[in-house]
Amino acid sequence: MNYNKYKGWLYLLPAILFLGLFMVYPLVDVVVYSFEEGYNFASQSFSGTGLYNFSYVLHDPYFMQAVKNTFIIVIITVPLSTGIALLISLGLNSIKPLKDFLQTVYFLPYVTNTLAVGLVFMILFKKTAYSDGLINALINMFGHDSIDFIEGPYWAKMFVICFYTIWIVMPFKILILTSALAGVRQDYYNAAKVDGTSKFRTFYKITLPMISPMIFYLVITGFIGAFKAYSDEVAIFGTNLNAAGMNTIVGYVYDMLYGNSGGYPSYASAASLILFAIVFTITVINLMVSKKNVQY
Amino acid sequence: MDYDKIEKQARVRAKVKSTVTYVFLIIWAVIVLFPFYWMILTSIKSYSSYNSEYVPKFYTLAPTIKNYVDAFISVNLSRYFLNTIIFTVLTTAVMLIVTILAAFAFARLDFKGKNITFAIFLSLMMIPNELVVITNYVTITNWDMRNTFAGLILPSVTSVFYIYLLKENFEQIPDSLYKAAKVDGTSDLKYLFKVMLPICKPTVITILILKVIECWNSYVWPRLVTDNPDYFLVSNGIQEIRENGFGRENIPAMMAAVVVISVPLIIIFLIFHKKIMAGVSRGGTKG
Amino acid sequence: MKVTLEHLTKRFPNRNKKIKEDVIAVNDFTFEIPDGKLIGLLGPSGCGKSTTLNMISGLEKPTSGKVFFGDDDVTGLPPENRGVGLVFQNYALYPHLTVRQNILFPLQNLKGKDKLSKEVMEEKALEAAKLVQIDAYMDRKPGELSGGQQQRVAIARALVKMPRVLLLDEPLSNLDARLRLQTREEIRRIQIETGITTIFVTHDQEEAMSISDMIVVMKDGIFQQMGKPQDVYDKPVNLFVAKFLGTPAINVFNGEIKDGKLYIGDDAILDVNLENQQVWAAIRPEGFVVSDNGALKCTLKQVEVMGRDTSVISLNDNLDGISVRSIIPSDTTINPVNGIVSFNIKPYKIHLFSKETEERLEF
Repeated sequence: MNYNKYKGWLYLLPAILFLGLFMVYPLVDVVVYSFEEGYNFASQSFSGTGLYNFSYVLHDPYFMQAVKNTFIIVIITVPLSTGIALLISLGLNSIKPLKDFLQTVYFLPYVTNTLAVGLVFMILFKKTAYSDGLINALINMFGHDSIDFIEGPYWAKMFVICFYTIWIVMPFKILILTSALAGVRQDYYNAAKVDGTSKFRTFYKITLPMISPMIFYLVITGFIGAFKAYSDEVAIFGTNLNAAGMNTIVGYVYDMLYGNSGGYPSYASAASLILFAIVFTITVINLMVSKKNVQY
Repeated sequence: MDYDKIEKQARVRAKVKSTVTYVFLIIWAVIVLFPFYWMILTSIKSYSSYNSEYVPKFYTLAPTIKNYVDAFISVNLSRYFLNTIIFTVLTTAVMLIVTILAAFAFARLDFKGKNITFAIFLSLMMIPNELVVITNYVTITNWDMRNTFAGLILPSVTSVFYIYLLKENFEQIPDSLYKAAKVDGTSDLKYLFKVMLPICKPTVITILILKVIECWNSYVWPRLVTDNPDYFLVSNGIQEIRENGFGRENIPAMMAAVVVISVPLIIIFLIFHKKIMAGVSRGGTKG
Repeated sequence: MKVTLEHLTKRFPNRNKKIKEDVIAVNDFTFEIPDGKLIGLLGPSGCGKSTTLNMISGLEKPTSGKVFFGDDDVTGLPPENRGVGLVFQNYALYPHLTVRQNILFPLQNLKGKDKLSKEVMEEKALEAAKLVQIDAYMDRKPGELSGGQQQRVAIARALVKMPRVLLLDEPLSNLDARLRLQTREEIRRIQIETGITTIFVTHDQEEAMSISDMIVVMKDGIFQQMGKPQDVYDKPVNLFVAKFLGTPAINVFNGEIKDGKLYIGDDAILDVNLENQQVWAAIRPEGFVVSDNGALKCTLKQVEVMGRDTSVISLNDNLDGISVRSIIPSDTTINPVNGIVSFNIKPYKIHLFSKETEERLEF
């Protein structure tokens, strides 16, 4: 039965091979890169080892701008999208006619190509020589001047990107929360009703604690996802995000690797390790908070 | 107690509440649907009529399909399309095989070092893609695999999360089934494909759906390893169209391309929406 | 609080959308539940008991008919204004709250002039907990309690606001056999101590018979009979009630009335004052008396000794069922002749029902 001993490994072989090559090795390698100063792609040589790459990245105004943008996007979109998704799910759970239809509609953005639909958002907001765009037409209707959302002031651009990000992440959150809400047994609501519990108190004291594990799950995954924001930004502002002042940390990593500034894997590695450290810290904090607050 | 009054109040309150709920829900539905409406509408407006509308109109009286013709003729949309289909099918297929074999080994087979290996696998779940993409880029470049399908596909075929998902599901199948199959002289591989997979079909479909959506929308990796438009996927194609295609400002043609790219997944979704939503929520909640 | 149901009816649209006809869960219920009594609402699964209870609590609105508490028409009143306490089949205790918080929950809902101070609330909660003897576990969560303890908490939560009517939906069905016995006595004790009109729903006739002041028997949404348990048992109004009450079940024979005598097959059982007709003759297991020259002849199949009494299983061609089950004192000796055992029948243990209507025939 010697064969049996190795059979398990045989089945695992493809997975181990792929993971080793494209996950474990790169993981070690990225740390190595981040300490190799002045690594050159073509000659595969480097000039020294040390913390210079980190210091370079942290002193790069583009990187700091990217960090700032990323944090703003995270802080705005995660709570807002989770909150609105909760409201929508509560609404969905309280109605009967149209429920299935609306649920299906709400899920649509999940299956669309981010880059493609981003273009639609861009033309809705964009000001061109021919037209100020639909959104500006609406703004004009209320007597306000047109705003250039795509190439204009920082907060206008931030508004568009946050709006689009929320639009993109809502389907998943609505789906998870509606099924979490549906999982709360009707008996609890009946018991509360018989006891004359007000709608607000029922929500706050019964519904919320019961779905709190799911809410924390969404917040945690939401944070992680938002910190990795990149393709939404490309979709709205194009690939040259530094020029638009709308770059994100992930965008910075890719730009360093390729793109316009071209070919600095050491800086890219340092930046991605910094991103990982941020996400890791935030996740640990999140987990600690949720341990305290998820009540059962 | 004035029962009539209480009754009446309760009825009014219920009515107001349901009205407010519906208004709110419909507003969000409009926000969701409007971009889709707008892209279809714009895609059937002619170039000149679109550009003559300073305030964009919500309808068009002269729909045209010229933009769709343009989308396929002046840029290589059909090529991007074909590339994406090849990429999606191959990636998903290889991924499924790798995942199923690994999940089977973890769930069903006994071998030394299984638990520690699984623990290492699980810890890999925490590693963000951004961290490993740098080396992978270098690796693929060194292997001369830029602008090849192999280069596009190879790094995307393993997902620890899916292995975990399927393994959990496999483990719910009672041992007695395996023993019964062994007594009947069924081989492991046959048992896997004839018994376990059919039982776990919902999970396999979940994984399949999630991976197909992921592939269809993938942008970052393809952008890194392809700079030859012959190997562009739809996402890169769209970006290319946006920056260089159609002489810059031909927005109706751009929208036609967007419609064409969005339609396949939307059609699949509309047909299988129950399964897809159930799958995503399973995949999501177990994560 | 007296509870009166008047022509109470509830229809649901059919789940199978192809069928246009509504499902009638409760059909034209009219009865009165006297103040301060414990009432068992009894019937097989799916007969509309729970729907009736939900209409009394206000969780469901009747399609037509009225519900009165005392002289007040509460039909359209939302549940919170009715002053009812409800105990759910699976208790519906809030899993994230402790026992104390669960019991306090209804009190904390009170608003305006009914609002209580913290101390009064605590006091009332403790009082309710003591009543159901759960006061030692106040700071545990429901998940840390046994099924029986959870049940008590659920009752305490329902009682703490001193409801006008207490409703229990299958309160014992989630407990094991021993606990069930104990808990039903407990429910009886609590009801007597508080004097609150209590209605409980069950499909278990033994449960209903053992603790209720009155039972209401239902079938397919239709009211069958109401009365003291013993009265309903002794004088079932129709074949269904006769069959539904009593374990072991009543033995139903094809009988015939001929010239003022009841015949089962060729055996003349007893004299009756009825027209000639075909009837169902239903005999309680304890109505059989073994006698060498008894009227009813059956083929002996098996004797089961059960300690206190003996169960005689025998066969009879005219039985509507598989075998005749009779219960006799264990000191009776049975002397079958050629495998035939003969019984005399106690007249008050036999019930006759019309073959057409299945209604009771007095004889």
